[in-house]
Amino acid sequence: MFAHRSLLAASALSQEDIRAALDLAEEYVALNRRRDKKGAVLRGLTQINLFFEPSTRTQASFELAGKRLGADVMNMSVGSSSVKKGETLIDTAVTLNAMRPDLLVVRHQMSGAVALLSEKVNCAVINAGDGAHEHPTQALLDALTIRRRKGRLSRLTIAICGDILHSRVARSNIALLDRMENRVRLVAPPTLLPPDIDAWRVEVFQDMAEGLRGADVVMMLRLQSERMSGGFVPSVREFHHRYGLDREKLANAAPDAIVMHPGPMNRGVEIDAVVADDLERSVITEQVEMGVAVRMAVLDLLARHVPGETGAAAAEARA
Amino acid sequence: MILANARLIDPASGREGPGALTVEKGLIAEVRWGDVAAPPGATDCGGHALAPGFIDIGVTVGEPGARHRESFRSAGRAAAAGGVTTIIVQPDTEPCVDDPAILDFIARRADAAAPVRVHAMGALTKGLHGREMAELGLLADAGAVAFTDGARTVADARVFRRCLAYAGGLSRPGLVIHHAQEARLSDGACATEGAFAGRLGLPSAPAIAERIAVERDIAIAELTGCRLHLACVSTRGALAALARARAAGLAVTAGTSIHHLSLNELDVGNWRTFFRLDPPLRCEDDRAATAQAVADGLIDVVASHHLPWDEESKRVPFEAAATGAVGLETLLPAALTLHHAGLADLPTLMARLSLAPARLLGLPGGRLEVGAPADLTLFDPDAPFVLDRFALLSKSKNTPFDRRRMTGRVLRTFVGGVTVFERGGPEGSRGGAGADAA
Repeated sequence: MFAHRSLLAASALSQEDIRAALDLAEEYVALNRRRDKKGAVLRGLTQINLFFEPSTRTQASFELAGKRLGADVMNMSVGSSSVKKGETLIDTAVTLNAMRPDLLVVRHQMSGAVALLSEKVNCAVINAGDGAHEHPTQALLDALTIRRRKGRLSRLTIAICGDILHSRVARSNIALLDRMENRVRLVAPPTLLPPDIDAWRVEVFQDMAEGLRGADVVMMLRLQSERMSGGFVPSVREFHHRYGLDREKLANAAPDAIVMHPGPMNRGVEIDAVVADDLERSVITEQVEMGVAVRMAVLDLLARHVPGETGAAAAEARA
Repeated sequence: MILANARLIDPASGREGPGALTVEKGLIAEVRWGDVAAPPGATDCGGHALAPGFIDIGVTVGEPGARHRESFRSAGRAAAAGGVTTIIVQPDTEPCVDDPAILDFIARRADAAAPVRVHAMGALTKGLHGREMAELGLLADAGAVAFTDGARTVADARVFRRCLAYAGGLSRPGLVIHHAQEARLSDGACATEGAFAGRLGLPSAPAIAERIAVERDIAIAELTGCRLHLACVSTRGALAALARARAAGLAVTAGTSIHHLSLNELDVGNWRTFFRLDPPLRCEDDRAATAQAVADGLIDVVASHHLPWDEESKRVPFEAAATGAVGLETLLPAALTLHHAGLADLPTLMARLSLAPARLLGLPGGRLEVGAPADLTLFDPDAPFVLDRFALLSKSKNTPFDRRRMTGRVLRTFVGGVTVFERGGPEGSRGGAGADAA
């Protein structure tokens, strides 16, 4: 089960892999709700969070996940590293590898960069986002959130709305949700859809009301501010008018439909504050909670392939 | 010297068959067709194919400015090993060829170091910036065989129009070679738009970026009357535009690269940067259309678009990788894929590799005729091998064909009747495009 040395893409996961990760994550949800949140499965292991692109929440989530499992966690951001001084990605990888980390969490602004880096190191690598390619832990945490709310992760109708073109979250979610045999719909203007979208196993809608009709899950995506005015959509207000999720559009979805967003949200752009804060429908804060649990599960699963005794066993042996 | 027991391939007459050549003073002195007994002292060609040496338009050499990537010596040796007897070098050196003095430098360096013939193209615009016309007349007088901005597109239609008008007024060379890709659509793109690039999330440009530029260039060539050669046509849409221009009798010719003939976008696989090219690799339908156009003659010239890069330029994420691939030593086997696929016979293919570029540039090669230069390539079109990139003679090893099974090997290359490469000979034993297949 979960026979992967690294987690680079959701598209590489089987149904069994996904179930294994989510089942384990459930256990960590329970752990995280206890007063004593400290686990020990990663004790003695070193985790480096290497972020070439600024991130607050994903980095915090991975940091917390590692620490709760007992790993030594170090954060490295590109702003303070030698990459800015002309060191290549591969040199950075080789240098870090020499420090013998066990788990490397990497985010990079270019598609394929994390896969390239993973070829140059001995440790487990987790893709925390590579360009517009993939962000697999986001898809897993979304899947966990959906499974807990809906009681299942298949035969659901899921509408993913907004900037699909630039979104690694969308690509990972499409791959995972398709693998779990759901109906995936994409709702976006043509300028924000990848080319040849017809070749993907999805239904595409330009009209949001139509795209949301009967949906069990409404997944909103963030629209980057530099893409809002004139480049990809005419204006913020036009985008909000046509593709912003408000109560009226949400009324087309199933009565018990849940609303998701990977954050950070642009309130009043892709999502109305009323909808985002609606405790009945919005699961956005729950996604953040599931994020920590899912990342703990992924770190745990990958660490099982690290040779040597587990942290807990080694500690007992020392005692 | 007599080259006997050869299978002569003459692209000029379209003839192919057994025969012998006599070479005197660097020129072909006699062509004898048919099974003729080899006179004593003749060189036995072993029944292998003997064709005019290839003329490769658009080779990048790192001199001046980037000798660590490729020198005239290494490019010349790689060319000889690939059966290429004349290389036409790009002007995007450092400094670039927008000054007649650089042409003089290239001529002297090439003469001293390269075992093959070298001609240089001059810049079309100053600094290759696409803003102001280069000194085309001075460059022409200093020996430039064509004007081009190399792999850069002249985005500004007004500048391009004036360059063509001016170049068209020069008696020689009066030929502009252009990398036709619509600049704004291609800006930042590293793949062709489609399902594959979409899945990988790679910034991509639609295939019509080429068609738009080709249509524009053809219209400007029609307006100005200047001879125009499109360096690399690789899409069905652009080919249709080219066919219309041909039907209208315009002086527009086209080339393509061996990579766009024999590879498609899926070869990129997991972001393999040796497959990052400009234009980017296309979908299979476009590749097939390009191969068919080479067979039909709509595409006149097949070139290697040899573009050497050091390892560091390719050991980066795909989006950040340098564009281009070396190709001198894989020109023949990659082009022969068309022959082995039954698309083109050998005289047709040889015409794309030697006769057409010679005609385009007004060079004497490309024909097995009395008086033609004895620039010749002896090759076995059916010899299989596995390419080992580290066995390439080029200083840079960035070939997308590494570890590929290929068919067709150059056995011996002559420039002006002198052997410049012989497989198994002093040069050939040190490498030359790979180990023999088991």
